[in-house]
Amino acid sequence: MKISFIINGKNETLEVDGNTPLLWAIRDVLDLKGTKFGCGKAACGACTIHVDGQQVRSCSYPVKYAEGKKITTIEGLSNGSELHAVQQAWEEFVVPQCGYCQPGFIMSTAALLKQIPNPTDEDIDNAIINVCRCGTYYRMRKAIHRAAEIQAEFISSSSVNADK
Amino acid sequence: MTLQSNANKNPKSSSRRKFLIRGSIGTIGVLALGTYVFRNPLRRTVLEMAETLVPPYSGSGTEANLWFEITNENSIILHSPKVEMGQGTFTGLAQIVADEMEVNMNQVMVKAAATDTGIVDGMSTGGSLSIAQLFQPLREMAATMRLMIHQEAAGLLGVAVEAVSISNGVFSGGGKNLTYAEVASKIKEWKLPETPELKPISSYKYVGKPVKRIDQLAKIKGEPVFGMDASLPNMLHATVIRPEHVGATLKSVDTTNAISMPGVVKIIEQEGWVGIIANSFPEALAAKRKVKVEWEKSKEWTEEGIRDLLKVGNGNKMITQKEGATIDSDDPNATIYEFTSPIGAHAQMEPNGAVASVKDGKATVILSTQVIGITQKQVAEALGLEPENVNIICTYLGGGFGRRLNTSHAVQAAIMSREVGRPVKYFFTRKEEFQNDTFRPPTHHIMKGRLTENGSLEHLEHHYASGDVAINSVLMPAAMHSVLGTDVGAMRGGNIMYNAIPNYRAVQWHTTLPFATSWWRSLGLLANTFAIESFIDEMSIKAERNPVEFRLEMLSNDEKGERIKNVIQKAVAMTDFHSDVSNNRAMGLAASIDAGSPCAHVVEVSVTDQKIKVEKVTCVLDCGFAVNPDQVKAQCEGSIIMGISAVLHEKMTLKDGRLYPIIYGAYDMALMKDAPKEIDVHLIQGVDIPLPVGEPPLGPIGAAIGNAVRRITGKRLTDLPLKL
Ligand code: FES
Ligand code: FES
Repeated sequence: MKISFIINGKNETLEVDGNTPLLWAIRDVLDLKGTKFGCGKAACGACTIHVDGQQVRSCSYPVKYAEGKKITTIEGLSNGSELHAVQQAWEEFVVPQCGYCQPGFIMSTAALLKQIPNPTDEDIDNAIINVCRCGTYYRMRKAIHRAAEIQAEFISSSSVNADK
Repeated sequence: MTLQSNANKNPKSSSRRKFLIRGSIGTIGVLALGTYVFRNPLRRTVLEMAETLVPPYSGSGTEANLWFEITNENSIILHSPKVEMGQGTFTGLAQIVADEMEVNMNQVMVKAAATDTGIVDGMSTGGSLSIAQLFQPLREMAATMRLMIHQEAAGLLGVAVEAVSISNGVFSGGGKNLTYAEVASKIKEWKLPETPELKPISSYKYVGKPVKRIDQLAKIKGEPVFGMDASLPNMLHATVIRPEHVGATLKSVDTTNAISMPGVVKIIEQEGWVGIIANSFPEALAAKRKVKVEWEKSKEWTEEGIRDLLKVGNGNKMITQKEGATIDSDDPNATIYEFTSPIGAHAQMEPNGAVASVKDGKATVILSTQVIGITQKQVAEALGLEPENVNIICTYLGGGFGRRLNTSHAVQAAIMSREVGRPVKYFFTRKEEFQNDTFRPPTHHIMKGRLTENGSLEHLEHHYASGDVAINSVLMPAAMHSVLGTDVGAMRGGNIMYNAIPNYRAVQWHTTLPFATSWWRSLGLLANTFAIESFIDEMSIKAERNPVEFRLEMLSNDEKGERIKNVIQKAVAMTDFHSDVSNNRAMGLAASIDAGSPCAHVVEVSVTDQKIKVEKVTCVLDCGFAVNPDQVKAQCEGSIIMGISAVLHEKMTLKDGRLYPIIYGAYDMALMKDAPKEIDVHLIQGVDIPLPVGEPPLGPIGAAIGNAVRRITGKRLTDLPLKL
């Protein structure tokens, strides 16, 4: 079937079986390889993307449900050359090791911060349930708190600018 | 420029190392023959090396090997013989190159060498050895390369060598500047200098500093290509059927219903496996469900069956350490404890797989592997090709941990590509990853000890049983086993480090299990140290002694003993270590030495509703010279969290003759909520060369947690994963 959606700001129309997991449409049809396959069963979070602003595990999301929606993947998270607050914090704390899980965690964290701009440790424990085998959780937690700060600074500075 | 050798013109140098130089428009390469070749070791040396030393870098010594490339943009590309699997090796190597070649960090790029573009490690990337092995040879080669270009630059600038200065990759002299790239493009005949004196480490700008990872920005943006992300034009997608039951073999295959499924291109039957090749991965997967397979099951393996096989007293016995007398088996004053550890899965996030293209007698395989050279040989052998017609390209690895020391799937991908005449990509599903892993073997330990009247240990024995780690691995040819008689991987951490005790011994019992077991980050260290250091703690309680003093008096006064004492004392001082319990919270201490790097942890553990939680870990590691202290710390943090996961959560079991669980979640692993909020790593640089760092911190974690739990609950937990 024909499926159309907006991905990272671009209109795309694909001819695929509607039950194909969105992950494979993104990776193999649109050739966006930043979204990873880890388990295919919604159990690890490596494939996390945003669909209409909500975090979704794309390995278990049939592509037909994406019809008409707005999708963001890791490739579309930053604003041009300016990294997203979460990416900036990740860079500051040198979080990635092998890096394979990182796009999924970054997308999950970005979604968390939209919902809870200043998450507590408990919020983080409850919301960030992806798997990282390299064990970068310790730095990630620090980076998540830092990302909340960066985001807050950005919001307050842009509201100051708006006031002017 | 043509290929030419200067080696013969420089007899002194060629006896040590032969350089060849190759060039094409815009790029040049220095091809160096490593002299750091693994020498055939005698058994004793190997046994010692297995637990103390860094074996020399074992790059091939027979072919010309490309290390450096200079691009038109004046960047240096290092073709690394070691791969990047998260351990930060590329960054450490780039720091060395930048300092010795006098370029900026951002002018250095590192790529894993492919078999046709450079030297690949003849053995593997593993054992936490990459930086330790390459530190000296890479410094020498980078320095020689710099000097060679420097001398050429002087000629081109028309001034004396001494009058040429270099900074940021630009040579200046006589009022003119030349970049590396400009010099390289003008050179007609290379003159190889003697290896110059290396810069003093203290003068390095990058080496020894917490430089940020060179791959991190790309990783944060999701850009790097992992094996799973590789593709070739006109590529098909495949999946493979393999046994679910332990020990099952393929009996019959019926593909009638599968072949007509949408998108299916071909189904091939091979010895022991079936390949389904289709236009897309989901289509291959759908067709796979329609293939009817009958398996021959000789036996239904159970958990008990494995435990019966794998126990002290069964299998191949080898005494790996012996000093003084043994404890009599009926000694009434002996204390005896048993410990076990379960089957562990690698569970690396990127599944194994490969993209292969076989055509016209040539093969290309792109994958994540820790054994590029061995993969090349295996593919060549399976296809009946000469190794030089097989190119192995290694991408970034989505985790290694020892799992990618076995890459038989490269051969399967190559066979499937040959059968369809098109490139084929295939990878494991997560269920296949869990059921067909090369697992961490389960272990069984019997600890025996006897105290003197003054409460010192006079006897200590570690008897341990393990499945294969090194034995049956491609890295250890069968001949080595008969020489060694022991599994050197299972032996890691198995020997007693308390060499001031008058009587001690370690005895290994080795059994090959009916499913594949192999290298898992830190090998035997995790379980062996858990058993030994839990027992030591128990003996200190029995002796009513302070666990720190109890340990310190058993360590010898030689360099090794002093370095171990040092990490223990530092960890104790950093934490004000004590044995008190408050609010169901207590500290636990343990230490180990692995591959020459001693490590001590003090953990703070809480117990709530029978749940064990690690609140804080203080880690002191003597890693020798730290090329990148921040990344050494990252390795410690990662090891600690992976260790906590193995110690408190993970366990594979046998059910209906199959290994379970088959998915994350059910295979319980430490997540964000389980990781300590505080990890305090302190590095001691007890020697001036870099030592292994990526595995040693896994040693003490299990016992440190168990020892804390013992303080809180009074219970000595003896089986991993630790449960109350
Ligand atoms: S791949 Fe989607 S959750 Fe694991
Ligand atoms: S960085 Fe390797 S799995 Fe998370």
